[in-house]
Amino acid sequence: MIVLEKRPQPSKAWSYATPLVAVVATMVFGGLLFAILGKNPIEAIGTIFWEPLFGEFAFYYRPQLLVKGAPLVLIAIGLSLGFRAGIWNIGAEGQYIMGTIFGAGAGLAFYPMEAWFIFPIMIFAGAFGGWLWATIPAFLKVRFGTNEILVSLMLVYVAEQFLASVSLGLLKNPEGFGFPGSRNLQSYESAHNAELIAGSGMHWGVVAAFIAVIFSYVLLNRHMLGFHIRLTGEAPRAAKFAGVNPARLILFCLGLSGALAGLAGMFEVSGPSGVVSIDFNVGYGFTAIIVAFLGRLHPVGILLAGGLMALTYIGGEIAQSQLGLPAAAIQVFQGMLLFFLLAFDLLTNYRIRAARSEVA
Amino acid sequence: MKFTTLMASAALALGLASGAMAQDKTKVGFVYVGPVGDGGWTYEHNKGRLAVEEEFGDKVETVFVESVPEGPDAERVMTQMALEGADLIFTTSFGYMDPTINVAKKFPNVKFEHATGYKTADNVSVYSARFYEGRAVQGHIAGNMTKSNIIGYIGSYPIPEVIRGINSAYVHAKKVNPDVEFKIVWAYTWFDPAKEADAAKVLIEQGADVILQHTDSTAPQAAAQEAGNVVTFGQASDMSEYAPFPRVSSIIDDWAPYYIARTQAVMDGTWESVNTWDGIREGMVGIGEISDAVPADVKEEALALKAAMAAGEYHPFTGPINKQDGSVWLAEGEVADDGTLAGMNFYVEGLEGDIPQ
Repeated sequence: MIVLEKRPQPSKAWSYATPLVAVVATMVFGGLLFAILGKNPIEAIGTIFWEPLFGEFAFYYRPQLLVKGAPLVLIAIGLSLGFRAGIWNIGAEGQYIMGTIFGAGAGLAFYPMEAWFIFPIMIFAGAFGGWLWATIPAFLKVRFGTNEILVSLMLVYVAEQFLASVSLGLLKNPEGFGFPGSRNLQSYESAHNAELIAGSGMHWGVVAAFIAVIFSYVLLNRHMLGFHIRLTGEAPRAAKFAGVNPARLILFCLGLSGALAGLAGMFEVSGPSGVVSIDFNVGYGFTAIIVAFLGRLHPVGILLAGGLMALTYIGGEIAQSQLGLPAAAIQVFQGMLLFFLLAFDLLTNYRIRAARSEVA
Repeated sequence: MKFTTLMASAALALGLASGAMAQDKTKVGFVYVGPVGDGGWTYEHNKGRLAVEEEFGDKVETVFVESVPEGPDAERVMTQMALEGADLIFTTSFGYMDPTINVAKKFPNVKFEHATGYKTADNVSVYSARFYEGRAVQGHIAGNMTKSNIIGYIGSYPIPEVIRGINSAYVHAKKVNPDVEFKIVWAYTWFDPAKEADAAKVLIEQGADVILQHTDSTAPQAAAQEAGNVVTFGQASDMSEYAPFPRVSSIIDDWAPYYIARTQAVMDGTWESVNTWDGIREGMVGIGEISDAVPADVKEEALALKAAMAAGEYHPFTGPINKQDGSVWLAEGEVADDGTLAGMNFYVEGLEGDIPQ
């Protein structure tokens, strides 16, 4: 018989090891899945993890890792602060959408004027849109004690309706022959979040993601507020005695995560995407939750996890076109990653023991 | 070095390296918006891909990526295909328009074909089908089949293509049944079985006994089957698994001849940027078998309508037709021009409700 025994202290070693173990387990079982589908598992795993980094066309894929990973990291950093304090913002996708609408809307309001101040205004508007959308669940929680998980999640669907509405109406391209979707911001210079160095993938959103990582690291380790966040999550009663104001913490954590998600949306629409369209959101806000946990809610961890997630997306696409793997298999593969992470997390708090057989 | 030149030289280097192989094998890429198993839109495009493989055998290699979101992800997938030596890339959803144009700029030697869009370039063609011709046949059958005089319509997005379909179906249903009324639900998706089933159920509850859909899954068919007495039509593919009832007919997209012709053109070096909008006559739009659930005389009329369109004798939008607000759109005998149809953003007279803005 095997029994689980709670550790007196969570194991430090395991808390660092679980993400790695989870990745390895995902490779093993993912490989098994690919083998069942009739593909060479070594080749498939190799394609997913090796091709984007060191393959023939790595010069194109490496920058793409930044483009794909930046919104994930930016959103996940915001979420992680709340998650640490036990404040669960599940609706980053909605805040991402609202940031997009506000940011792009602010830019398009100036069209066709060209001026240096348009882009900064868009950044501010994007952050404001996300902040506003996240403040709704925060306010309702503080004022009426509603559950922020439900409210923030439901607001995603409200935001999607807004997105459809502006794509068809307010922000619709007047020169688009009646088709939905806004003007392309890539061809509006003052509003275009262009690559800082052509071909590098570095746009302002990537810069913002790196800044967010540093900012969050400093906040958590060097600042009183960061201490309060950690304390609230780890020992809510102690936090109360330490004089933490829970209402203010909720407003801060949800508001900040919303603002970062909004920024991510704004940088995406003004850069890589260019167009506000009905299907603009592709799930960054939800995937970022996985990234936050995969990165152990630690800023540096999140940076690495965001990169890993981006790698599986890009590698997955390559595997699809080169090896003919179905898209669903790639999604299962990504899902395994979170599953194994949560499964092995058990070992951080528990240890496995062979139970002594009872002697009569 | 500029990125573009870097890419071009890399592509060139690749072309030289694998030159011998590339010469006798034409590589054709397909970017799909849904899964190939959707049973509708993407399923039919994939059938077109398989037809290309069948036609040319060893002379072609096809690759595809499914469920690609419309945006930067699509751009990356297309770039990846171009880098890996694709000669021709079909991008099969409206939302791929700007990404297609962007990637086409970086790879002037690769040919692109974008479905249902309007932006072309020297190496970008657009192609679409006159689905509204099929809708005319559907409307004719639907107007005859309804007993409650309420026809439900599941719209995907309020874009010209979908609005054309609604107008065409309505005009022809009204012709045979002046009391007919359309109820339209917007699903804001091309493929989402759960949403589509919900939309169908709502329409059935509101008294619709015929459901037309502009979404791709068979969920509405299943909902109709459950309800028992509701008529449906297959969309994009035949959906014959629901025949003879509730599915009484269908509109079938047949991309195979076009895909084969365009691949051939690339092989022959005769490929040129074109704007193709084909219908029943060219075979891009097919009408699935009209089942025996439809009375024989209605079936005969429907087939006659189809034949008239195939012969080019009849246009579904022939006046007199007024706009929803009562103003004259087409005078007696006047035929709609392609420009107006391509950007259609109004309902015809008799339809209720507003197009979402």
